[in-house]
Amino acid sequence: MLKLPENFHSYSEARKEGFIRLKELKETGKKVVGLFCSYTPTEIILASGAVPVGLCGVNEESIHFAEKILPKNLCPLIKSSFGSAISDTCPYFYFSDIIVAETTCDGKKKMYEWMNEIKDTHVMQLPQGRDGYGALNSWRGEMIRLKDALSSKFNVKITEDDLHKAIKLVNRERKALVDFFEIGKLKPSPISGYEINTVVDANGFLFDTEEKINLLEKRTNQLRNDYESNYKGQASRPRILITGCPTGGVREKIIRQIEELGADIVAFENCSGPRAQKDLVDENKEPYLALAEKYLRVNCSVMSPNPGRIKDMEIMLDEYRVDGVIEVLLHACHTFAIESYRMRKFVTEEKHIPYLTLETDFSQSDTGQINTRISAFLEMLS
Amino acid sequence: MNYIGIDIGSTAAKTLVFDGEKIVHYFDLPTGWSSKESALRVKQKLSSLGIDVHSESTKIVATGYGRISVDYADKVITEITCHGKGAYYLFSEDSVVIDVGGQDTKIITIEKGAVSHFLMNDKCSAGTGKFLEVMANRLNVDIDYLFSLAAKGDPIPISSMCTVFAESEVISYIGAGRPKEDLAAGIIQSVVSRVVMLANQHDINGICILTGGLSHIPYFADQLSKKLGHKIYTHTLGKYAGALGAALISAEKLTK
Repeated sequence: MLKLPENFHSYSEARKEGFIRLKELKETGKKVVGLFCSYTPTEIILASGAVPVGLCGVNEESIHFAEKILPKNLCPLIKSSFGSAISDTCPYFYFSDIIVAETTCDGKKKMYEWMNEIKDTHVMQLPQGRDGYGALNSWRGEMIRLKDALSSKFNVKITEDDLHKAIKLVNRERKALVDFFEIGKLKPSPISGYEINTVVDANGFLFDTEEKINLLEKRTNQLRNDYESNYKGQASRPRILITGCPTGGVREKIIRQIEELGADIVAFENCSGPRAQKDLVDENKEPYLALAEKYLRVNCSVMSPNPGRIKDMEIMLDEYRVDGVIEVLLHACHTFAIESYRMRKFVTEEKHIPYLTLETDFSQSDTGQINTRISAFLEMLS
Repeated sequence: MNYIGIDIGSTAAKTLVFDGEKIVHYFDLPTGWSSKESALRVKQKLSSLGIDVHSESTKIVATGYGRISVDYADKVITEITCHGKGAYYLFSEDSVVIDVGGQDTKIITIEKGAVSHFLMNDKCSAGTGKFLEVMANRLNVDIDYLFSLAAKGDPIPISSMCTVFAESEVISYIGAGRPKEDLAAGIIQSVVSRVVMLANQHDINGICILTGGLSHIPYFADQLSKKLGHKIYTHTLGKYAGALGAALISAEKLTK
């Protein structure tokens, strides 16, 4: 019962089409910056005149390439990202002039050392917490260091004016994204979580921000109208919120499966959701400080402590009228795995909402068990 | 009316017939290599008891690993929900239900008669019936005899978490001439430890119930109880808890 629109582009189609567009852009002399994470300040990349592109790290096939160098018991996302890079199976990596990365977790930061041997990889030193002495200052310094790195790489001057324009543009994109996410608040939801997840990830393969904003606004309007004429007043299936690790690599195995087994995913409390989008960069402050403040607020589990995630979770559970929470943990993702107990405790004991943790990787070997767990969880909700 | 629960696990296919008030039949058959085959044999056996699975007065819920193979079932429900339901019917108390299955071990918390939380072992087969089967084969005994050997032994610790590595460990102990009883006891302790590790992730507020085939082995229940620090309740129908739950669900959900 997936409610996909007629002109729906699958993730792999979007990825393929983006590849052609990126090739054409490169031929016009455009510079490309590859990135992985929602801590990357795309504003600075846009201000340098380059296009930011999200890199691949969702397929299982590239993992064995990575395992020649990286340990097997590492997070599949890291192995897949690195594997795609070294095997030249990610056209986006291939076309990137530089990679911008952050020291988000131990696995990634050590992997970037290897990545740097293949392609220029600029690593921003992300503070481990928000409260530490100088955390904000140091992160602001990293913003400036990125500006310097891109300026010298592309031989351009990035002015405060360029940056202001980019901040305004990306804030508009964020608003469009949040409006799109908030469609999930409607009951019953007129959009599948599978579409939400695909649209957000496929957005990374559109290189014109204005076009991205237009497409999002158009789809949001369509969905609002669709709700008014076709969904309003109808019964709702159980409403699921997804939390935990990024879900791009388990889109078919988990995201699609939950909805096929009879529930609706209405919200994502992970990188694919409003977490990194809902608060904007202050347009009136000194831009590097404003950027540092905004990106330091991202509630990823790599931050210690990370109480903001619980606060956000509470708001989302209420606003999206959630019936059950499914947490996706990727193998060996220590920060989310350790935060898992705290999240479960909060959701079940304070919000009295059932919680299911699925620990998995990008392989298909646990498909049967995952199905049984999801089915049993949905039976619990009905 | 016949409300039938068919629980096709990886080792045995359990069937139970409920008439709306009481349990009228129950039987089990080995699953063999094909759950499709066992679904067919269950159908034949039911027919020999005078029950036509296609009749209007028969409602069937299939559960377990092979639930989708029961093509004549009216509904499929997971073994988690069914075991929870069955155990609650047998004891009428909120509980933590431990089901050591052939392939999957499940820990299910029942609150107010319904499943509120559950865990299953990961992909690995340590702590399941499969582990016992592999080890019994290695010692060249059947599972029942493995338990009676174990009761007389002094457990040799088996340190490996993985079934295949644990098997190598057992082979090396056999090579070193260690007594079969001590090995058997070590093997059972290894399963008990894995089950307890999983069960300890639940808050045990109510009683602890052991279901599944191993619930009929007092030695196992006893060892589990010692290691867990909670009294373990078992029932003569423990093996049929999943099938019973499925039959009860068919009575609840499939009547008009």
